[in-house]
Amino acid sequence: MSDVLTSTPKAVSGPANFLDERLGGGAFLKRNLRKIFPDHWSFLLGEIALYSFVVLLLTGTFLTLWFKPSMMEIAYDGSYAPLKGVMMSEAYASSLEISFDVRGGLLIRQMHHWAALLFVAGMMVHALRVFFTGAYRKPREINWLIGVLLLTLALAEGLTGYSLPDDLLSGAGLRITEGVAISLPLVGTYITFFLFGGEYPGGDVISRFYSLHILLIPGILLALVSAHMVLMWVQKHTQMPGKGRTNQNVVGAPFYPAFMAKAGAYFLFTLGVIAGLATFTQINPIWIFGPYTPADVSAGSQPDFYMGFLEGALRIMPPWEINLFGTSHAGTLPLSVLIPALVPMGIIMTGLALYPFLERWVTGDHREHHIADRPRNNPHRTSIGVSAITFYGVLWLLGANDEIAANFHISLNMTTYAGRVLIFVAPALAYLIAYRMCLGLQRSDQAVISHGVESGVIKRLPHGEFIEVHTPPAEDMEAHLRGKEAVPMLPVAEDGAGIPPAGMRGPLGRLRARMSKAYGGEKIPLEDGHGHGHDEHAAIEHGEAHGGDEEHAAVGAGGDDRSLTH
Amino acid sequence: MTRITAWRRHPLARYAVLILALALVGMVYAAFIQAGKPADAALAAGKVDDVAEGKSLFVQHCSSCHGMNAQGTTTAPTLIGVGAAAVDFQISTGRMPAGAPGPQAPRKPPAPWVNETTTRQIAAYVQSLGGGPMVPAGEQVDPKLGDAGKGGELFRANCIQCHNWAGAGGALTQGKYAPNLNAATPTQIYEAMITGPQAMPVFNDTTITPEEKRSMIAYITQVREQKDPGGFGLGRIGPVTEGLVAWIVGLSALALAAIWITAKKRQKS
Repeated sequence: MSDVLTSTPKAVSGPANFLDERLGGGAFLKRNLRKIFPDHWSFLLGEIALYSFVVLLLTGTFLTLWFKPSMMEIAYDGSYAPLKGVMMSEAYASSLEISFDVRGGLLIRQMHHWAALLFVAGMMVHALRVFFTGAYRKPREINWLIGVLLLTLALAEGLTGYSLPDDLLSGAGLRITEGVAISLPLVGTYITFFLFGGEYPGGDVISRFYSLHILLIPGILLALVSAHMVLMWVQKHTQMPGKGRTNQNVVGAPFYPAFMAKAGAYFLFTLGVIAGLATFTQINPIWIFGPYTPADVSAGSQPDFYMGFLEGALRIMPPWEINLFGTSHAGTLPLSVLIPALVPMGIIMTGLALYPFLERWVTGDHREHHIADRPRNNPHRTSIGVSAITFYGVLWLLGANDEIAANFHISLNMTTYAGRVLIFVAPALAYLIAYRMCLGLQRSDQAVISHGVESGVIKRLPHGEFIEVHTPPAEDMEAHLRGKEAVPMLPVAEDGAGIPPAGMRGPLGRLRARMSKAYGGEKIPLEDGHGHGHDEHAAIEHGEAHGGDEEHAAVGAGGDDRSLTH
Repeated sequence: MTRITAWRRHPLARYAVLILALALVGMVYAAFIQAGKPADAALAAGKVDDVAEGKSLFVQHCSSCHGMNAQGTTTAPTLIGVGAAAVDFQISTGRMPAGAPGPQAPRKPPAPWVNETTTRQIAAYVQSLGGGPMVPAGEQVDPKLGDAGKGGELFRANCIQCHNWAGAGGALTQGKYAPNLNAATPTQIYEAMITGPQAMPVFNDTTITPEEKRSMIAYITQVREQKDPGGFGLGRIGPVTEGLVAWIVGLSALALAAIWITAKKRQKS
């Protein structure tokens, strides 16, 4: 073949040179297109949120072309028969128009809503991955904080978007928002009147939420998402421990072509799942809910899933309120609204934001980390995470307690009482269970390193005993396990005279030292140094010497000690 | 390794066994449910005086709780004055005779002796005791004569607090619940409004006029017969099932996709 390409065709090199000479992007691209990305399935979870966000921007733009953010009352005259002639706001009527009279409108509306659910869900699982692998540690704390901010803003974006169609269900959510705002001490009334432009529901809130939802919050989200990506790019992605992976390198595939192909494919997967859900499953059927009037409220009113934990907190809260000076004329502090609205959200979001700094304070670890922890190898962190998931999960579950009661024939009152107990007991229990599981998993790693892997070969020894032959783990598995690092600990040891080191003498210092001692250190060393079984086993090894095969070394583990969970 | 052993050790074998076991349990359960269903033994009713015949049916099937003269006992309320509509509602929906004591009598297949005639006879007997609301005539409950738009507004103002926007039902206190409205006939819906069965309040003709009731029935039947335009309706109970689907279907599918595209080719040993 004579027409093999030996040089770049002019049609490509011409414009490329033109651009490079003016923008100077060649060197930048050359460097960055070869950037190495480590490979692990959990590293793609954040991309669910990223690609859902892209879908949200595109579908959202489509929706703005028909949506009218107005609360003016009009009589419905569209094609949905059961609402013919009913008075409703223009916002609701235009949402119905999008659903029934705009070609493809219902599909795009449903895609927008499903994408919103996956956006928040993707952020949550991504945040959990980062948390459990300790990927928020130095130098990535700032990016972690950006992530927490993104999650908070996503909730606000969801709340404002959910309210826009002005249907009966979203109105219930709006009413709760108003209830929370007005229950704030001193400023509550002012904030409410400012937000709604007068008495609830007023005539302004939809157009105000519209500006927030399509302009302000997405703008900030976009800026923060970009910052998040740039920081990730510059600081490089963490990698799982493994063969040849160190704190100084990144082992993986280059951005172009390998990672780009994967990321592109994953965008298409995300788009496919969203479009598939929107095609086959109905979401937010506003026409069934009916238009919003403050007088009506429906059984089974729920927020979207990411607000469910606030709903649950509200539902299990006892009816506590404080009347100042014993009379409601002097002012009422409605704890039954304030506590559930502010405390769980505060615990979760503040806890997330502060965790990297608290951990550093407790462990005294100021080193950079580019190798991710396996969750089991930092058992207290993992347990705290599982405990927080349980706390959130109990609240989330109880946000749906009426559906649980109605569909599983449980007394509604019982679900509330159970929730009031579980919210305290379940996280504590989850902590203990997760901690024990982490230690158990560490022990099984230890067994693999020091005794090998079960080979499935049962061997009968000369004196009649059966043992299972263990073989050494595969090289990459062993490197993965040996990536374990003891959790750092402050120098807490007392000196000869029993005096703790400086900075750990006051009450706070003593607390810090105790926490560091509990949190840090190696709980289960990889190599079990106790060398048991070797004496009684020497004879067996000798007796076997004629076998002379490769499983031999691993047989040494025998004795009383053949199970991996000893 | 024989072929059977190889199959048994196939990575998918455990899932296949699980699916088989679930299918087996399901079939056995379905068989039991079928066997437990009462045979349809329609009772041929002679032309006897409805009230007298109704009293004898009442003594057989109702008196153990409601008393020999429907005066009520410690376990069940008096039926004097509840009217024929209440009897027709309770018996035709299978709620009465009650199966087991509980917070609320559930809708169930009617007892084998129940048919139009026996229901009418017991209703006539109870009506003869102290009057009360009558069973509505056919045109009173005809959805075609109602105005669904108006009915929807009334439905949202009066019913959905308990029965949910789509009539999907909802929880009440202490194990009681507002039932799903999908199974109720127009007559039963009308009767429920005028008699207020169990936890439900009475909506008499001064609160909601008979025409308005008909419009509400028109809305309820129109909405429940409507095909969900957006795809599978997820029980029409709103964000709870939507959230479940987003996580269990959406996020799981994407996690599996992530595992798939980052999977390494297993090295042959």
